[in-house]
Parts: sequence; C-alpha cells; structure tokens
Amino acid sequence: MIEEAVLARTLGSALRHGGDFAEVFAEDRRTAGARLDDGKVEEFVSGRERGAGIRVVRGDTTGFAHTADLTEAGLLAAAEAAAAAARGAEGGVREVALQRRETRRPHEVAVLPETVEKARKAAVLERADHAARAVDGSVRQVSASYADSRRRVLIANSDGLLVEDDRVRTRFAVNCVAVGDTGMQTGTEAPGRTLGFEIFDEIDPEEVARVAANRALTMLRARPAPSGKLPVVLKRGAGGVLFHEACGHGLEADLVDKDASVFRGRVGEQVASPLVTLIDDGTYAREWGTYAIDDEGAAAQRNVLIDHGVLTDYMWDLVRARKHGRASTGNGRRETYQHLPMVRMTNTFLLAGDDDPDDIIRDTGTGLYCVALGGGQVDTATGDFVFGITEAYMIEDGEITEPVRAAQLIGNGPDTLRLVDAVGNDFDTWAGTCGKSGQGVPVSSGQPTLRVAELTVGGTAG
Amino acid sequence: MSDLLEIAQRVVDAAAPGEQVEAYVLRTRETDVSVFGGEVESLSVAEIEGVGVRLIVDGRQGYAWAGSLDPDVVAETLAEARDNAGFGSPDEHTGLASPDDFGGVAAPALDLWRDELLAVPASEKVDLALALEAAVLRADARVRGVESASYGDAASEAAIANSLGIAVSTRRTTASCSAFAMAGEGTATQTGSGFSAGRSVTDLDPDAAARDAAERAVRLLGAQQVPSQRLPVIFDPLVTRSLLALVGGALSGEAITRGRSMFVGRDGEEVAGPGITLVDDPTLPLAFGAATHDSEGIPTRPVDLITGGRLSGHLHNVTTARRAGGGARSTGSAVRGGFKSPPSVGARALHLLPGDRSPEQILASVPEAFYVQSVSGLHSGTNSVSGDFSVGAVGLMVRDGAFAEPVREVTIASTLQRMLHDIVHVGADLTWLPGGAAGMTLLVSEMSLAGR
Repeated sequence: MIEEAVLARTLGSALRHGGDFAEVFAEDRRTAGARLDDGKVEEFVSGRERGAGIRVVRGDTTGFAHTADLTEAGLLAAAEAAAAAARGAEGGVREVALQRRETRRPHEVAVLPETVEKARKAAVLERADHAARAVDGSVRQVSASYADSRRRVLIANSDGLLVEDDRVRTRFAVNCVAVGDTGMQTGTEAPGRTLGFEIFDEIDPEEVARVAANRALTMLRARPAPSGKLPVVLKRGAGGVLFHEACGHGLEADLVDKDASVFRGRVGEQVASPLVTLIDDGTYAREWGTYAIDDEGAAAQRNVLIDHGVLTDYMWDLVRARKHGRASTGNGRRETYQHLPMVRMTNTFLLAGDDDPDDIIRDTGTGLYCVALGGGQVDTATGDFVFGITEAYMIEDGEITEPVRAAQLIGNGPDTLRLVDAVGNDFDTWAGTCGKSGQGVPVSSGQPTLRVAELTVGGTAG
Repeated sequence: MSDLLEIAQRVVDAAAPGEQVEAYVLRTRETDVSVFGGEVESLSVAEIEGVGVRLIVDGRQGYAWAGSLDPDVVAETLAEARDNAGFGSPDEHTGLASPDDFGGVAAPALDLWRDELLAVPASEKVDLALALEAAVLRADARVRGVESASYGDAASEAAIANSLGIAVSTRRTTASCSAFAMAGEGTATQTGSGFSAGRSVTDLDPDAAARDAAERAVRLLGAQQVPSQRLPVIFDPLVTRSLLALVGGALSGEAITRGRSMFVGRDGEEVAGPGITLVDDPTLPLAFGAATHDSEGIPTRPVDLITGGRLSGHLHNVTTARRAGGGARSTGSAVRGGFKSPPSVGARALHLLPGDRSPEQILASVPEAFYVQSVSGLHSGTNSVSGDFSVGAVGLMVRDGAFAEPVREVTIASTLQRMLHDIVHVGADLTWLPGGAAGMTLLVSEMSLAGR
C-alpha cells in the first residue's frame, strides 16, 4: 500500500517535535451490499476508501491526524499535523528502521467477495424473501440485507514494527414483520462471520429467514412480560451479550485506568460465581470479532479474563499497556483510519459447564427463558447494565410455556456475576456491533445455556 | 459555484441518455479534543471528503461512494453506480428530486455557518476542554473524577446536483463540549453528564455543562432500587428528546410505506392526547438540525405530524412520497448519514408544541412521581413497529413538588402508543438539543416501574 522507505520517513518526521511513539495506520477498504424490501432489491451499494491515520504519543497526550492522500507529501502533512497536536519541543527528525513481521491468520478466506457476481448476492436475498413469506401468511413484510467488506490494513510504528493484514467479513440479516389481531411484531436474525461468500456453506439464508419469521409470529401471541425480579435462563448464544455488558466493558483497561470501572483494583479477587470462566479471544476462527492482528499491529490473543470466578486480567491496548510497562493483549481497535484506537472486545464468551440445559430449565420452577436478545448498554462506573429481550418465554413449573413481549432486563455487573448459579454443557455465539465513544466495531459474544438466580425484568405485567 | 458543486455537476454531466444521476459531495473539517487529569488525552484535526453517486436507469437504482474527490476516483464511482444499477429490481417509484418537487416552497434564509470557528486556534479549543474538566471537579466536593471531558467541532460543506436540474450547496458549522462526572466511591458511584452546543466556540457555556454534569451525578448519590409499581413518570427534556426521536422514526415515509410502523393505517385517528401537537420544522434557526434544503436538494418546510392529538402527516422524500401515492409529495425530509449511503427519510427539528407549565409546576402537579433523568437501552428495549417500550432508568422520586430519594437499577415500561395518549402535561421549557429534536419536561400519567 505504501513503500517501506516512505513509511520510515513519515514516522521519523512525526517525531520531529519530540514524542515517545509514532504510528501510521493505513487501510484500503471496499464494501458492497444490497438490501431487499417488499420483494424488491432496493439497490446495490458499493464503496471504497483509502487513507492513513497518524498518531504521535508524547507522555499522556496523543496527537492525531488522518488523510486520504497516501502519497509521501500527504503522509508528511498528516504527520506534521499530528506532531503539532502532541505539542512537543523541537527534537529533530528521527531515524526509524522498520522490520516486517509476518501475520499468522486464524483461518483462510476461500471466496473473496469481489470475485462473486453481484447477481449471486442478490439471489441470496430473494431466496430469504421467499422462505420467510412461505412460513405463514401473517408475515407481511420481509427485508433482507447482505453486506461484505474487505479491509487491507498496514501498521508501521516507531518501535520498528511493520505488519499487514487482510480482513474479510460477510453479514446477512433478515427482518420480518408479522401482523395479527394483537398488532404488529418484528423478528430479526443477523449472523456474520469473518469469511467471504463461503459463509453460505455454513449459514443457510432460508433457515435464517425462517428463524426471523417464526420469531415475529411467536411474538404475536406473546403476553406482556413480567415486571420485577425473576430467575432468568439464557439459551446458549443469546446471552453472551449479558457478559459483554455486565463485565466486558468494565474490564477494558482504558476505563479501569480512569477509575471509571467497578472492577478497578480487583485482579486476583473472586468477582463472579465459580461457574464463570470468561474469555476474550480474537483468534477464534471464522467468528465475527476475529482478526490476525489488532489495529495497532499486536497479534490477536486468547485472553482469560475471569477464571472460575477469579478476575485474572483486563484487556489492554498499546498505549495503556506501555504506560503500565506490560504487553498489549491485542485489544486495540478502531472503526476506520479516521479514528484513534482504544481498548475493545473481540469474541467474548463464557466457557461451558456441566449442567444439562433441560435440567436447568426444569430446576428453575418459575422464571424467564430468553432465546434472542437485542443488544444492551452499561455504565461501567456504576456497573448498572441493561439488555433487551426480543424472544422470551415464561418458565412455569419447570416447563417453557407462553412467549412474552419484548422487554429490558436490568442488573448490576458485580451482583449479577455472583448470581450465575447454573451453566450448561452446550454453547453458541452471536454476532453484533459494539459501540463505544462513537466507534462501532464487529464483535461476537457467546455462552452456554445458563441461569442468573435473579434479574429485574422490565415488563408491564403485575 | 462552489468547488464541491462543480465536482457534483461534472458527475451529473456524464449521465448517459436514459439515466438519472445524482451526486452528493461532502467536505468536513473537524477538531476533536479530549482531556483527562488536566492533560490533553488526544487532539485530532481532520478533513474528510467524499462523494456518493445515485444512478437510476429503467427504474433500477444503484449507489456507489468513495472517500476521495480525486477526479479519477469520482469517475470510477459513477461507473460503479452504473454497474450496481443493473442489479436492482425495477421500481416505478424510484426517482430523483426535480424542481417540480419544491411545491412552490422557497428555501428558508438560515445562517448556519460561522467563519470564526475556522479561525479559532486549536490551543483555544484545548483550553476550553481543560477548563470544562476543572469546572466539573470544582462544582461539588462530592465529584471524585471526570470520566471524560471533550470538545468537538465540525465545518461541513455539501453539494447536491442531479440530472433533473437540482443544484444546491449547503454548509454548516457546529461546536459542542461535554463532560461526564463521577461522584461517590466504588459500587456506590453515580454518574452524570452535561453538555453545551452551538454553531461556534463562542456559543458554548462550559460552566453550565460542568454544573449540569456535577449536579446530575451528585443528586443520584445513595440511589437504590424501589419496589415495582405503576406510577406517574416525569421525563427530563433529554429523555423527551429521545422519545420524540422514536416517534419521529415511526412517522417516516420509509417506515409507513413499508408497513413497518405502529402508525400504519392510522391517518386522521387520535394517536395522542387532545393537546398534543408534533411538528418537524427545520426552518427554525435555533434548531441544531436546521437546514435550508434536504439531502435531495428540496427546500425544507414545517411538517405537521400530529395535530391536536390526531395523526396529520408523514415525513417523505421523493421516493417514499411516490410509493405512498394519493397525491403525497416530498416534504423535504430526505436525510443522509454522510456520503456512504443513499438518502433515507427522517426528522431534523422535531418538537412538541410547548404547554404553559414550568418544570416546577409539573413536578408539583402530582402527589408522587418518578422523575427520569436518563434512560439506557433505547436501541434494545424499544420497537417502533410493535410500540413496545421498556428501558433502564435512573432518576429521583418526586413528592410534594420536590425531588426526594434517588433511584437506580429500575426499568420503566409501557407502549409508545399508550404513552402518547397518557401525556398529561407538556412543559413550557422547550430546549433545542442535538439529535434532531427538542426536549421539554413531560408528564406521563402512568408507566410500569420494575425494581425490587
């Protein structure tokens, strides 16, 4: 993307006003997608952007500038702006010697998106539309979307690192509206993988459509969700977002460093039920949050965050790790070259336990069984978090009974981690987009079927 | 002609016979500062440029974008849009805006640009953020830290041209600062945010933002769960703003014509209490979303959505108006999230007609209520198709017209349809806020609170 000598001169120039560290992050990104609504492919959208973000770190201050001009002149101008923003004293141009490091990928991509005809991508949408409508006449609206991206990135820094990655992602989503005498309800399913078009070898678009359609139909016969504290069983896959919100964000070192996390200073302590072993693993082959290197050039890792309830470590990016004299855990990510990296999760999941999922439900008596969730939010400083249920059922006398309408669940992270009292021997994952400080990045979360002894369910029924 | 309009016009001039072509060209210059612990954490200066091309041929639409205004890249983008159009389904309603769509409406005279913003040196912006952080810490002894204090501004210029004769340039500046205060220790911590926004640095009031952040954090100290109950709920203006944005989304022509809105088929019906009037008016100069033209180049105008409690209108762009039929025309409500996607439909300056009660009078109008300071999980707990509404909330109990004990870790739930009917008082305190809507204090007669 950029010649090695140009990178070296840019980094040297970036440190001319002093500074401890300089970095060039360049990317060339192509995206393509299409959306079907009301039986029609609305339009194909494709896009391309290339550019570089340059940062200069001096003490606790980071200067940042970015440019779409990848010529030496463009890069030097951005380096000058970043250096000026870091407000250093004159230091003189520094020599930077770069050493290229090979990238080890967790898996290979078989069918690059740009090699697939657009007509084949549109055909997938049409198959989903037909399958969803075939489920039931009450399915009145179907929208489906297909999106792929290929992002080639290059990272060079004043420590001499030079590394490149080539990231491919494909996502497919179906949203259905069903209409009945109780009004309208929606159902959504949106799997994603770090794969090319071979994603459809493992994801059947018609099955995705049927799941979304059935979800909307189920909600038509849902009764109001309960209001108050209940045991909550989360089906495998659906509830990973619980840990993403309840403690994932609170274990990000930038928030910990700012004393904005309830988990600060608690490494080595029992912070969760002994049933909880929580992993963040950027190397998980084919998963939505996977990459070979993070956006600061550190290799992705499998990091154990909580081991049998004991907090073992936070997640780290380069800047925070340098400050603490330790290594990055490969969690420095940014949305595009126009953003500064920060600590982010990758694929965050709870390891499976010993319980039979059916036994967990049977032992629950009265509770709520959550099958699909719609995302969540947390205030890491207080630990209070929410997540929304989009498909859930009552558990009565140990049996799954009637569906309940969408509602929010609320809890406090440290409290909830201690209340996990059953963990199943199954497992699944769920793809999503995580937002933090205005940047969205692809992540996945996962868990076995599990139970939280008590959470507050925000329905409207007595 | 601005240089951006020239670039857009060149794309349009390259349309082949039988093609409709629209080009949207954007240039934004931004500065972002964040500070922590009395130091600059990051300072970012940037210029972003890009183009989005929409091409329609035989009723099939294609779209392509590029993050560059390099002439070769722009030409490739047109070619890519042309190729993409071959894969869309024919749709008789697809089409670009033409001067006929103006409906005799002239663009409002709005001054949304401040030259001075571009002249202010970055060091002054840094100083403002540092002063904001210091002011939060000073505001109250119980504030133990500032999670973030930041300043951001943007100067955006855009041009839209199309082969039906639209040629429009727009520009705007915005500046804002915000802080997030932390009060109390450990798991007893409470947080509060404050902000100030305007068109230039001189419009900002960092001291007011600091006071808000500190007060909103400190007044929640000692917050507890309260028992589950049904009770009247009073929304802070910021929460009202978010609620209106949800309602506005359900009134977009895209949602209505696709059958994805709780308002489908309810034209003329009572959808809210008799006193409720909801308008989107981007011609109001004080609205942050004020705009002379929409994202297809059509002049903006006030759009009545709910009048005296009855559903009286929808927001439309050119395509959704044609799809709606029945003589519907674009309401000048096309919006874009930058150049990377084709225009959609949305509100820019949504507001309720204010009532005559002050916030204090509204607090005093009920024996007991829950005052909602902020909500969480709006994207995961609300559904503008079914109307289901359930969000996490923090706030204070209100008794005898005054704030009583603080409350946390509860949810409030109802349906959006029910809530619109249950609005008892709309406050007189209309406040324009970033986010396409104004807020004001709002009293809803009853919601379900889930807690202990």
